[in-house]
Amino acid sequence: MQLYRAHVLVCAGTGCTSSNSLKIMDEMEALLASNGLDSEVKIVKTGCFGLCAEGPIVVVYPEGAMYTRVEVSDVKEIVEEHLLKGRIVKRLLAGEKESEDISKSLEGVDFFNRQMRIALRNCGRINPEDINEYIAFDGYKALENVLTEMTPEAVIDEMKKSGLRGRGGGGFPTGMKWDFAAKQTADQKYVCCNADEGDPGAFMDRSVLEGDPHSVIEAMSIAGFAIGATQGYIYVRAEYPIAVKRLQLAIDQAIEYGILGDNVLGTGHKFNLEIRLGAGAFVCGEETALMTSIEGHRGEPRPRPPFPAVKGLWGKPTILNNVETYANVPVIILKGAEWFSGIGTEKSKGTKVFALGGKINNTGLVEVPMGTTLREVVYDIGGGIPKGKKFKAAQTGGPSGGCIPASHLDTPIDYDSLIALGSMMGSGGLIVMDEDNCMVDIAKFFLEFTVDESCGKCPPCRIGTKRMLEILERITEGKGAAGDIEMLELLAKNIKASALCGLGQTAPNPILSTLRYFRDEYEAHVFDKKCPAGVCKSMMKYTVDETKCKSCGICAKVCPMSCIKGEKKVPYVIDNSKCAKCGVCMEKCPFKAISKG
Amino acid sequence: MKSIAELDEIRKKTLDQLSIRSNEKGIKVVVAMATCGIAAGARPVMKAFIEEINKRNLNNVTVSITGCIGVCKMEPVVEILDKDGKKVTYVNMTPEKAERVVLEHIVNGNVCTDLTIGAQEGV
Repeated sequence: MQLYRAHVLVCAGTGCTSSNSLKIMDEMEALLASNGLDSEVKIVKTGCFGLCAEGPIVVVYPEGAMYTRVEVSDVKEIVEEHLLKGRIVKRLLAGEKESEDISKSLEGVDFFNRQMRIALRNCGRINPEDINEYIAFDGYKALENVLTEMTPEAVIDEMKKSGLRGRGGGGFPTGMKWDFAAKQTADQKYVCCNADEGDPGAFMDRSVLEGDPHSVIEAMSIAGFAIGATQGYIYVRAEYPIAVKRLQLAIDQAIEYGILGDNVLGTGHKFNLEIRLGAGAFVCGEETALMTSIEGHRGEPRPRPPFPAVKGLWGKPTILNNVETYANVPVIILKGAEWFSGIGTEKSKGTKVFALGGKINNTGLVEVPMGTTLREVVYDIGGGIPKGKKFKAAQTGGPSGGCIPASHLDTPIDYDSLIALGSMMGSGGLIVMDEDNCMVDIAKFFLEFTVDESCGKCPPCRIGTKRMLEILERITEGKGAAGDIEMLELLAKNIKASALCGLGQTAPNPILSTLRYFRDEYEAHVFDKKCPAGVCKSMMKYTVDETKCKSCGICAKVCPMSCIKGEKKVPYVIDNSKCAKCGVCMEKCPFKAISKG
Repeated sequence: MKSIAELDEIRKKTLDQLSIRSNEKGIKVVVAMATCGIAAGARPVMKAFIEEINKRNLNNVTVSITGCIGVCKMEPVVEILDKDGKKVTYVNMTPEKAERVVLEHIVNGNVCTDLTIGAQEGV
């Protein structure tokens, strides 16, 4: 055993890595060595802390001092002041940087103390590349308990009683899914993990895999025991290189420890696990397409039933759960179904991880109990909207979901309340939009995504979404005509009813929900040829207010298209036929004489 | 391959090393290491604490450093806080004294009264 007087935790999640946290780690190592501190201070590489907006994040224990936005050049000060002399570097602390209160540690920051971390329990706490650290915080203890004290039926019963529902979007009760598969008789069954996180703006599963890969391995082995499967596959997209690397490392370590293999921990339970890389097709997140892809075929969905629990991978009974769902399983086994079902709302138990993005101050990852209101997530934890702008809507569920307008900010978030609002939980992407976002443009963005990602197997999705996108493009270009909105609604209804898989069936949702809450914006585009938020460029015009213009000529000088003309004592004029709508003139005008609309 | 018992052993051992990252209260050894402390030899004292604690496999003890606590003439100063936050201040420390404090105070729970600030004030 080696005692260190301080542990320096450096976030090595994708967000912080891209802002140089690995260089910070190298610099820290070099400076610790040159100051002779390397035998006293330990550097620990961890997964995502969740406060990605403030990254790179460095936490020093025992004080628990959390340093944010650390640059390589700050490392010297942290080493020389904090680690060498014991003086916390206040200017780098999270939250109020000028505050005298040095207790601004992890737990002291609003962003953290309002959360409840179950699926993310180990993210930012342990070194994901060290199996011992996972084991230390009760890792693989649930698996031990299951293998030595429980029957498969008891495990399934516990999952059912916990009320855990699929965190990938659908919200299907996990225990029930396991039960279906367990009741099948077959010579081989499979346990699969869906780590093909494809929603734009979502990175929950990525962070769990990067920060706590063993929790998924443990849960899949438990699932294997429960349904009688000996082989598992984790389907993860190749665009997640850090997640793939750490997952493979974790699998190798688990094999070395005998946690995966033909005789798990000497108990006779057999469970092997392999990674399958996806090439990043959105449709491969759909369960039947995912399994087709694992089999080595082109990732296309097939009709259900038969459901995977009956006929899945290679025609055998298969369960497929999402990363976050699995991350909850060991904790449920250890703390009991009763504890878990005490958290959340009546029909949605436990917590949900959300990836906060868009117009929000604390971009990052948060985990809150089901039933937390959108207002708490956006304002109390998310830190509100930048520059004091007004909240307009939040998009949940990515391209399959919908938006929640400001009037529903106080709705408790759970599976059923979101469906009632015309959106869905989805996998947990939460994109915040403010007054500067055009809702038609948002709908167009998501439609572009689904058109791109449609696999082309069924016509409603292949042709229908394309037609909807064409209409949206017309509308945003100011060429919308009466009847376009009604045509969108008709297409949406038919695609929902006739598409083969979840991708097609939910593709119209962004249109339907923006139409439901922001129909006036569509109408403004179609009938008044105006974009109220000033986003749709072809409908936008920059004009000079003659009364305010002092003829200084700055606008003409900065205009990249040279389409602003004027002379001394005469107000300047913008030639809109050449204008590229870049907005630079409005930004630079010292008299605020230029406006758009 | 590891057995369940071995896994439990790893769990216990690693948790000891990680106790520094949890909020659980344990015994804290705080070495004053401002310029005055370092000049008076606080670093060898701190290293002696770490070495002794390592050697004896003590759980739930953390060693940390702090700045100048104001009695520079009695440096190196070391404070030991027990689980309830009760504090004993040792002054004029040396690596040899550190070994004694670990054995008598931390392991056996007997404060080395003669090394405390109260006893040393007149020295």
